[in-house]
Order: sequence, then C-alpha cells, then structure tokens
Amino acid sequence: MSDMSSAVVEKYHNDFLKEVEANVEEGEWVRMCMQCGVCSGSCPLGPHWAHPPQEIFMMIRAGKREEVLTSDSMWMCTSCYNCIVRCPRGLPITHIMHGLAHYAHVLDLAPKNQPTRRFSKMFWDNITKNGRANELKLGLSLYFKDGFGPGVKEALKNKALGQAMMKTKRMNPMEFFGGHGVKDKSGLHAMLEKAREIEEAKLKRPAN
Amino acid sequence: MAKKEYSFYPGCSSQKGASASNLQTSVDAMCDALDIQLNEIPDWNCCSASIGYGEGGELPRIALSARNLALSEEHNPGQDLVATCAACWLATREAAERLNDDNQLMAEANQALAAAGLKLEPPKPQRVRHMVEVLIEDLGFDALGEKVQRPLEGIKIASYIGCQTNRPFGIAGESFENPVYLDKLVDTLGGDSIPDYEKKVQCCGGALMFSEPEKSQELVKGILEAAHDNGADMIVTPCPLCQMNTEVYQDQINERHGTSFNMPVVYYSQLMSVAYGKNANQAGLDGQIIKATKLEELAKK
Ligand code: SF4
Ligand code: SF4
Ligand code: SF4
Repeated sequence: MSDMSSAVVEKYHNDFLKEVEANVEEGEWVRMCMQCGVCSGSCPLGPHWAHPPQEIFMMIRAGKREEVLTSDSMWMCTSCYNCIVRCPRGLPITHIMHGLAHYAHVLDLAPKNQPTRRFSKMFWDNITKNGRANELKLGLSLYFKDGFGPGVKEALKNKALGQAMMKTKRMNPMEFFGGHGVKDKSGLHAMLEKAREIEEAKLKRPAN
Repeated sequence: MAKKEYSFYPGCSSQKGASASNLQTSVDAMCDALDIQLNEIPDWNCCSASIGYGEGGELPRIALSARNLALSEEHNPGQDLVATCAACWLATREAAERLNDDNQLMAEANQALAAAGLKLEPPKPQRVRHMVEVLIEDLGFDALGEKVQRPLEGIKIASYIGCQTNRPFGIAGESFENPVYLDKLVDTLGGDSIPDYEKKVQCCGGALMFSEPEKSQELVKGILEAAHDNGADMIVTPCPLCQMNTEVYQDQINERHGTSFNMPVVYYSQLMSVAYGKNANQAGLDGQIIKATKLEELAKK
C-alpha cells in the first residue's frame, strides 16, 4: 500500500465510509443508498462490472476498502447517466463512480494497466497541454501505449479508419506539429495548478 | 424575425480538421438559414468531457468549465451560453449549477481562476443550453418547418439521441426513456421518422470506445441492427461522439461480428441544412465516411 494510502487509513481510524465521505467526490451521498438495485441494472457494460454500483455502496459501508479501491468495476462506467435519472434516492451515482475511480488512481491502488485509467490520464494530459484536444496525438498515444512494436501493429489495424478520417477532413496530420490550443496557455496552466493544490490540501487536512 | 444571438462554445471536436468538423459546417449553414448568430467565446478551452475524471479530479475539472463561463460572461454578457457537443453542454451546465449551489466550490473555483486573471461573479446564474433547446424552445417546430424548401420525402430516418443529450438534463417536457423531439423534427422536415426505434437512448460506449473497443462496439452493433431492422436509410443524432462511434467503426464491427452494416449517420443540422436549401458541402456531407447518398441526391435538386 502506498504511504499516502496508509496515512489516510490511520487518519480515519479504519472507517472507510468516513474516508469516502470526506475524500471522494459526492461521497457524502453513499449513506443515502437504500440498496434497491436499480442502478446496477442500468449500466450498459453491466456484465463486465464485478461489483455493480449498488454492491460498491454496500462494500463501502462494510469497510471493504482494499476490495473497492483496487476493483476495476468503477472504470466500466460509460458516464451514461442512466442510474442518476432512475435512482429513487437521487444519488449522483455517476459522479460517485468517477470520484471513487479518481481517488483509487490518486492513491495508486487502481489496477495498473486498467485501459480506461490509462486512457483518462492520456486524455487529460492531452487536453491540458494546449487547452484543447489534439485528436491526432491522442490517437497516436493510444496506439503506442504499449510501446513501439505493438503500437505499429495497432496503428496498422486502424489504418483504413485513419485514412478515411483524413480524407473527409476530420483528422489533420498537421496537428502533429502543434495544432489547436488556447492563447493563454500560461494562465490556463496556473489555474489548473492552483486547483490541484487546493484539492491536495484538502486530502491532507485533519479528519473531523 | 429578429436575429437571435448566443454565446457559443463549439468544443474541440467541432474545430477545423477535427472529428466533428462537419457538425460545425452544418450548424453554420443551419444558423444562417434560421437567422441565428453564434458569438464564439474567445479563447475557450476544452471542458475535459466526462472521461477526464480519472486524472483530472473534481476541482481542476470544474475549473476548466468555470474558465469558459467566466470568459463568456466577460465577452458575451447577458447571452445564454450554447453548446452543440453533448459532453460540452453537460460538463458546462453541471459545473454552472454546482458552482451556483455551492458557495465553497465557487470560492475555490475563483481562487483557481484568479491565477489566470479571471473571475466568475455571476449577477444571476448563467443559462447553459444545448442547440436543440434553442431550436425547440426559442424558435419552435412551426418556425423550423416554415423554412423547408426541400422536404426529406421518402427518406426513412432513425433518431438516435444517445446518453448525454438526454440525461441527466434532457430537453424540457421530454421523457428520459422515450424522447420524441428528434422524430418530430424529422417529420417537420418532411422525412419519415421511426417513433418505435428501440435504441434511441442506448449508450454507444462513449469514451470507452477508445479504451474498451470490443465491449463498446458490441453496444453500437445493437444500435445499428435496430436501425437496419426498422428499415432506416440513415441514422440521425445530435451528438458528436455518438456520430463518430456509430459511423466510423462499422468496418471493424462487420469484421468482428460478420455483419454487413453500411449505415450513414448524420447530424440533425445536416438534415436541416439540406432541407433548407443548402448544398452538400454546406451541409457537411463531404465529411461522411459512409456516404448519405439519399441526402446528397436531394441536395443536388
Ligand atoms: S438506485 Fe440509488 S438507492 Fe437504489 S441501489 Fe442504486 S444508489 Fe442505491
Ligand atoms: S453512469 Fe456509470 S454507473 Fe451510472 S448507469 Fe451509466 S455506467 Fe452505470
Ligand atoms: S467534450 Fe469533446 S468536444 Fe467538448 S470540449 Fe471536451 S473534448 Fe472537446
């Protein structure tokens, strides 16, 4: 377990529900779940969730910290918002799933090679570099995520698609040399750094 | 009718040479026909969509939208902020509502914004709207119908709305399980809608198409199959990610599942542009990977 992770366990005296309420986006809602199961029947990738949302909420209350945070279930969320509009208790389930996944990522307990975890990081790094998405580079880093050899194979597999996108002017090879972006990059970066600083400070504040 | 003006957030995928550039082309043509003026927010940034959550977390993500809201207020004061990308609309509206409900979050976002020399100080909560809301609520179906020069006669169109244009906010007065406004639009334009199309609000996998392509393509297969079984000539959608996910992977799906899909997927704004008398290029039809032949033929008339 990472140092940061053991420090929070101690801080919350092994009370995982309290830890989630304090540190996870919209985590204070977890207690409101009445275990009806509607959300679990709503996920488009349902069969691939080892622990569907309802079960995750139960596990949080049962203190199953390790099992929840190392699970790849939350990473199966497609952000479809089915659950949110159906939950009789009004839980912002989508955001709690995202929040748990992000928390597991920050503590580095999330599965290492989980593809959506890796893609989310790639995406964030891509859009924050210039302030706007560089779809070409995003595609390339996706293909080459496992190194050069597999990357070439992956890129070739998708060659026809790439060519079709370029032919219809929906992908621009010149994006490789810069591409779209905001003018005030330094302002944008300063803003994001400040936001991150505030979040980190919150993680470190004492438990109440 | 007086010109209607909005503060406009196009989003990354609508830029030149990006995956939904044909959406923007057709939105421009549609707005020209309807006398709508879109004032692009100067120096807008990406909203980080939903998938940014893993690395981005809460405040940095909300700060991105807060920056766009602040720039919109500063440069296009008093105008509703309008987005055409479902993810952009959702992220921005969600951020605006949370900021307005939560003073602490607003204070933190402003601390971050200050580092960029910006400030969010809404005199009243800013309205963040989807282009579809503008069409339905500010213009109305009657006005949309009046502009039709070339009815989409004999074209059968499955309305695929997807997730994020529909949930959690959706369009006022519509149900989450079976929204009908897109069918109504198809009918208004003179086309044949398929009101019973079962996959209207089915998820296409969203951004997981990139990280979990096999699982997501399975979902898309169902969306295409239902359109095909209902005799659709094409699918229409309001969402750039839905469009991309349902159109461009059809070859890969055919290869993997032994199917033979060749289903055009267009934007509502492309249907409208053609119906309003614009040519194929103005309607962005040159951006289709699977040609929307029936629409192209109509655009020549
Ligand atoms: S739908 Fe809501 S109340 Fe029901 S199990 Fe899911 S989170 Fe709990
Ligand atoms: S938003 Fe996520 S958690 Fe909710 S139904 Fe969709 S996939 Fe499941
Ligand atoms: S949601 Fe997509 S199009 Fe919209 S700003 Fe973000 S990356 Fe760009």
